[in-house]
Order: sequence, then C-alpha cells, then structure tokens
Amino acid sequence: MIGFISPRKLAELGILGMNRRNVGFIGKYNPRSKYRLVDDKLLTKKTALENNIPVPQLYKVIERQHEIAGATRDLVEHEAFVIKPVQGSGGKGILVIIGREGDSFRKSSGSLISAADVRRHLSNILAGLHSLGGRNDRAMVEAMIQFDPCLQEYSYEGVPDIRVIVFKGVPVMAMVRCATHASDGKANLHQGAVGVGIDIATGRSVRAVQHGTLVTTHPDTGANFRELQIPYWEQILDLAGRCVEMTGLGYLGVDIVLDRTYGPMLLELNARPGLAIQVANMAGLRHRLAVAEKIAAETDDHDRKIALARQSFGVYT
Amino acid sequence: MMASRTQIAMIAGSLFLLGVGIALYKAFSLGFPLLPGEYREVWTIESKISFSPRKDQAVQVNLKLPSEQAGWVLLDEHFASSGFGFTIVDHDDGRDARWTRQSLERPTTLYYKLQAYRPTNQALDDMPPPPIEKPILENDQSAAMERLIALLHEQSADTESFVALLVTEFNREDQDRDAQFLLGTFEESPLVVMQAVLAHADIPVHEIRGIRLQDGRRRQTLSSLLEFYDNERWIVIDPENASVGMPPNFFVWHRGSEPVLAVAGGSNSRLEFALVSNSLPAKTVIGMEQRAHEYALLDFSIYALPVEQQGVFKILMLIPVAALVVVVMRILVGLKTSGTFMPVLIALAFLQTQLLTGLALFLILVGVGLWIRSWLSHMNLLLVSRISAVIIVVIFMMATTAILSYKFGLDRALTVTFFPTIILAWTIERMSILWEEEGFHEVFLQGGGSLVVAIIAYLLMTNRVVEHLTFNFPELTLSLLAIILLLGKYTGYRLSELYRFRDLGKNE
Repeated sequence: MIGFISPRKLAELGILGMNRRNVGFIGKYNPRSKYRLVDDKLLTKKTALENNIPVPQLYKVIERQHEIAGATRDLVEHEAFVIKPVQGSGGKGILVIIGREGDSFRKSSGSLISAADVRRHLSNILAGLHSLGGRNDRAMVEAMIQFDPCLQEYSYEGVPDIRVIVFKGVPVMAMVRCATHASDGKANLHQGAVGVGIDIATGRSVRAVQHGTLVTTHPDTGANFRELQIPYWEQILDLAGRCVEMTGLGYLGVDIVLDRTYGPMLLELNARPGLAIQVANMAGLRHRLAVAEKIAAETDDHDRKIALARQSFGVYT
Repeated sequence: MMASRTQIAMIAGSLFLLGVGIALYKAFSLGFPLLPGEYREVWTIESKISFSPRKDQAVQVNLKLPSEQAGWVLLDEHFASSGFGFTIVDHDDGRDARWTRQSLERPTTLYYKLQAYRPTNQALDDMPPPPIEKPILENDQSAAMERLIALLHEQSADTESFVALLVTEFNREDQDRDAQFLLGTFEESPLVVMQAVLAHADIPVHEIRGIRLQDGRRRQTLSSLLEFYDNERWIVIDPENASVGMPPNFFVWHRGSEPVLAVAGGSNSRLEFALVSNSLPAKTVIGMEQRAHEYALLDFSIYALPVEQQGVFKILMLIPVAALVVVVMRILVGLKTSGTFMPVLIALAFLQTQLLTGLALFLILVGVGLWIRSWLSHMNLLLVSRISAVIIVVIFMMATTAILSYKFGLDRALTVTFFPTIILAWTIERMSILWEEEGFHEVFLQGGGSLVVAIIAYLLMTNRVVEHLTFNFPELTLSLLAIILLLGKYTGYRLSELYRFRDLGKNE
C-alpha cells in the first residue's frame, strides 16, 4: 500500500481519528450549551477578563453596516490592529494590519490594502461570510500582539501561537504553529506551516514537522527549532487549565500567544480542536487521553493535575 | 457511553429487522419480485377530464376508451365518478365511458386510470379502407388543392412518398402558396387540411389518437398520427416530422378521426394525462390489484397514491440512498464536500440531465460563475446583494446555455434548468472565498469531493435494482436508517486519515 498506513499501526501509535474525536470526546464531554462561550469570541474575552485571564485589548466592536465608515476613521489612532469575525471558525476572516503607509494599510504579509478594502472586509464579516452557518455576525478589532522576541524568529509574516489540548483540566499535548512563506503567513499545517511539538513537562521543542516530514530549521528564517524553549511555560499550562474551568468544556483546544510585555495571553478557545497536533508531535493522543482520564479521576486540584501531567507526558527525563 | 451504544444498537437492529422483515414478507408471501429481472415497463396512465358545467343543464360526458391495439395490453382500469351516473357503452368499434348527471354547480374533474404494457411490438390490425368522404370546397379552394396535388404527384414516386412530401410541405416554414391559402381559408389546423387534401386525392386516411409516453409527465395531451391506405396496407406517418411507422412509446388510444371526448352541457373541457412507468412484471401488477383489498399493507403502499404523487415518491424514495452515500463517504472515507448535502442536490439534478451532460453543465456554470464572481468582488458589494447578483448571473448563464445549445441542436443541454439555482450561487460564493483564503488546492479538493459523492449517488440512484427496491419496498428505507444510525457511532479511522497520518510511523 503506497502512501497509506495500516489502521492497526495507527491504533498502536494511539492516533486519535476524526470519528472517535467527534463521538468519543467532543460529543461526550463538550455539552452543546457551553459552545457559545467559545464560539463567540467577545463572550470568551469578557468571561476571561472576569476570571483574570489576560487577553489582547479590545479596541472596538462593529455590529452594523452603517458603523463601518466611522469605525475605519476611528482606527486611525491605532498603528496596528487585528480584525476578526466574532463567530469566525478555523481562523477564517482574520485580517492583521501591522502598520500604515499614507492612506493605505499594511497587512502582515507586507502587501498594502486600501481603506476601502478594509471596509469591504468588515462588511463581509457582518454579512456572515466567515461565520459558522453563514449567520450575521459582528466584527471585533483588537490590539495586535507585540510578539515575544524569542518566538519572533520562528514565524514568517505570521502569528506564532501555542496550542494546548486540555482534557478534563489536564494538559495532554501542545504545539507551536509557525507560519512560513509557503503557508502564506497562515498557521495552517496543511498549507505548509511548521508544527513544532512541545514537551508538556518543560516547554522545550520535541520535533518540528512540515508537510509531514521532520525539519530542524525554519525554511524562511533559518532559526533552529531544537533550541526553541517556550518561556513562561508554567504560566501557560496554568492558563490553559483555568480556561477549562472557565468554560466547562471537557475537551478543549486553547490558543495562547506570548506578548512582549504582558506575557501569555488567551487568543481563542476551540471546542473542536483539530488533529494536526499529533503530526507536529509525531505522537498519538489516545494513550495520553487515557492517562489524563486517570489523573482527573484521582484529583480535582488544578495544580496537582498539571503537576501529574508534567510527570506523565514529559519526553525529556 | 456503553448505554447509549447499546441503545443505538437496539434501535438500529429493530429498525433493520423491521425493514428487511416487511420486505421479505412482501417478496415471499405477496409475490413481489425482489429483483427487477422479469422487468416489464408498465405504464400507468391517469386521464383527467376537466370541464365547466353550463347552468341548469344535464351533463353528459362521453369518453372513448382505448382498446388493445398495436401489441398494447390493458391490465387494469379504474374510474372515479363520484356523484355521477356511470356506464360503459359497447360499440362495434370499441367502448365508451359515459358519465351523466342532472345538474352540476362548479367545474369538475373526472378520472380514468389504466395500466398498460406492450409485450410485443405489433403493427396495427388490418382493416378495409373506409369509403372516402371528399371535402366540400369552394371553387378557389378546390383549384388550390388540385394544383398542390399535381405538384406533389410530380415530385413523388408512389402514394407513400406523396404523403411524406405533403406532410413535409405543411411543416415547412415557407409553405407553398396553395398550402398557405388552404390553411388561411379552409381550416386552420394543418392536420385537417392534410386529411382533406389526401381525401381529395382519393387516398383513404384517418387519424390515430394516442399518447406520447414520457415517464413523469403530468399534463400530457392527446397527440395525433395520420394513417393512410396505400392500396394494399395501412401506413402510419407522423404529421409533425413525416417519419413513417409507429413512433416508439406511443400508446394508441383510438384509431379514427372522431373526437375522443364529448361533453354535453359543459364547456372548456380538457383531457390531460399523467404518466408514470414502473419496472414491474406484468403478472405482479395484475395480482397486486386483485389482492389490494385483502392486504392492508398494500392498501397503504405507494401504489395507493394517485399517479402524479407516485412519480414524486419514486424520486423521493431515492434520496435516502444518496444520503447514505454522503454518510459513508464522509465518515468512512473522509472525503471533503462543500456543504453536507449539496452532493445530493447535484445528484438529483444529474437524474434529470443525465450524467455527462450534467457534469459538463455543472463545471461550466461553476467555472464561469467563479470568474464573474471574482469580477463582482472588485465592486465592493454587500454579501447578500453579491450572492443575489450571482444568482441572477447563474440564471442568465442557464438561459444562454439553453439557447446556444438549442441553436446547435443539442437538446440535452436544455435540462440545465434542473440545477438548483440558489445552491449553485452559494456554491460559487463559497468556492471563491475558499479560493481567496485557502488557495485553489482546497477548492479542487472540496469541489472534487462533492462531485465524486454526487456521481456515486447518481450511479446508485439510477441503478435499476436500487430503483426497483426503493420504490417497491419503501420499508427498506428503515433498514437504511438503521445503517446510518450505526455509522453515527463509528469511531474507527477514516480512509483519508490512513493517508493523512501516513508519515507518523516512519520517523519513530
């Protein structure tokens, strides 16, 4: 069989498949009533602030088409900002403006767009183009993260974010998604972004994978992934664990960014986290999820769960 | 987990057994054929007579009933005549159905339903030529007719080619001046004029009334063929295209030029037919009708519905099969489709257009649509009006395709209208956004996935065994439901994941 792996081998590796994820984890541990909290990014932000979880600053919310013209004028006071659909899914419809050039805005990719383009983008968001089920949506404008310099060199034109999968309050797997030129500044692994598996115990990189094969250096910046060590690792795990308590979702993907001045910040939550994290770590989720289940049965204490997770899932001993 | 699993398993199990059980009972106790092996095309023809009664007048409706001709066999007849006196009158040359009523208030519809099939493709019986009744003509009409006859005689070799030339003459766009004159002064209907000319030329002729059979047609009307006597035998010719011989799928209702429907005491009378063809052994149909009263199960089957609705259900019962294909392709194979059930809608459109035409049309529509939509995106429109604009563009493209293909004589492409316009417009919009955000690769993947699913669904839906089973054993849908429920609990790997994670084993 060319290009296929046998299902038995996959099961041995403990790879979690889409069907088992949907039926066995999302369907079972994520009650639908709690989805609103993660799907509505404004609500996520508000709840996070109430729970003392740091989030990027919110500049503005645009709810109606007629507010768009005024909103783009008001944005002049900010040098850099990010526009997002409040109910967007899978990173769709996110526009990152890193600066301006006269009347034009500079995108994270470096290309310039006009104010009219920004207005059209906002209008599309409000009409629900990027949102789940095409519902009418709102647009939110928030501060652009000033990336921590230690991560800067690992990402080309894009947002390096840290994804932690948390099951029943136990962090089970983590990765950093590094945008590349091939992925057009996007953090999608299947478009050519590099996924870097992160050791739960230490925050050090385990391995880096692009297009399913191991790489050691970033294809564009040349930074060596072996030397990647995520700073504030304990804070990151703590933040991820607290998000589970905040949402009540058993199986959660937490996306975290590192800000130069404010440290780890919650970017967004995902009630249906993808499976690519297994490729980045070259490891399956199922065995770890089984261990996490035991840990959660053993203790209810937040710190104890994280400590046990770091003991159990550490790669470097 | 365990509890919900066993629950689903039990529900699915009983549904599956129920469906298969009823189907087997019908197959073995009631004699329904499981396979369409001894397939015969049985046509159900529902005739609808509608008319408005005249005030305070007795109503009498006379309908000539078809007799078995040209190899057609009538299986079964039903009359609906609520509130009417009803008799069947036998003549030398056939039977009439007669509905009578003293007075009637509002426009009424009467029904006559029959089932017929054609085991052998016979010619019409021979009959002695009737005496020729020459038309009564004015002098100038008579002169025009003679000139026309002389002209056609000159160009023809025998009676058959004479008649063929005559029919062609009347179907031409720039007719002979004499033919035009006759149509203008004598009779408007070319059919009547043709018969008059033939009678004038001493050729015995009459009409054959019948129905051009098309599956699923709802408002078919009677068509006419011409039959003329060529000294030794009767020859049938189609007055619309001059082709000689009985056209295929023509149900002969009445042989003769007399009116088929006569309504006394009423006006605006119409005779329309709804047609459905079923692939059933003739024997089963007879048996079924006889036993319909004995078994409640049959009384509640799809056959109990009027023919028009039977046609709808024939397609409706195929949709669960398409849904199963979607479920299998998404859960077991892991194919990406744009929109969960869009492939089903495309497959339904393919049913009308045929596969290759449908595919070509779909690709053209979406391709051109994407191109136009990329142009629209420069105009900075609100989403809703942009999609509405795409809808209108799609409709224009449909019209253009239809007109162009008609001009080039490609009738198939006229079926373009069966594509669900709004779904197409949405697909175009989604695809173009996908293109902008994720690149062509993803568009290709999702569009291709949708088409693959649609094609598989189409191939299954047009399979004769599947068609036969879903229509004759609708209870099997319960079994399909059971399979879909079970698949909803499948937690194994998808085929696509075996490819996606293919490298995971290597680097260890």
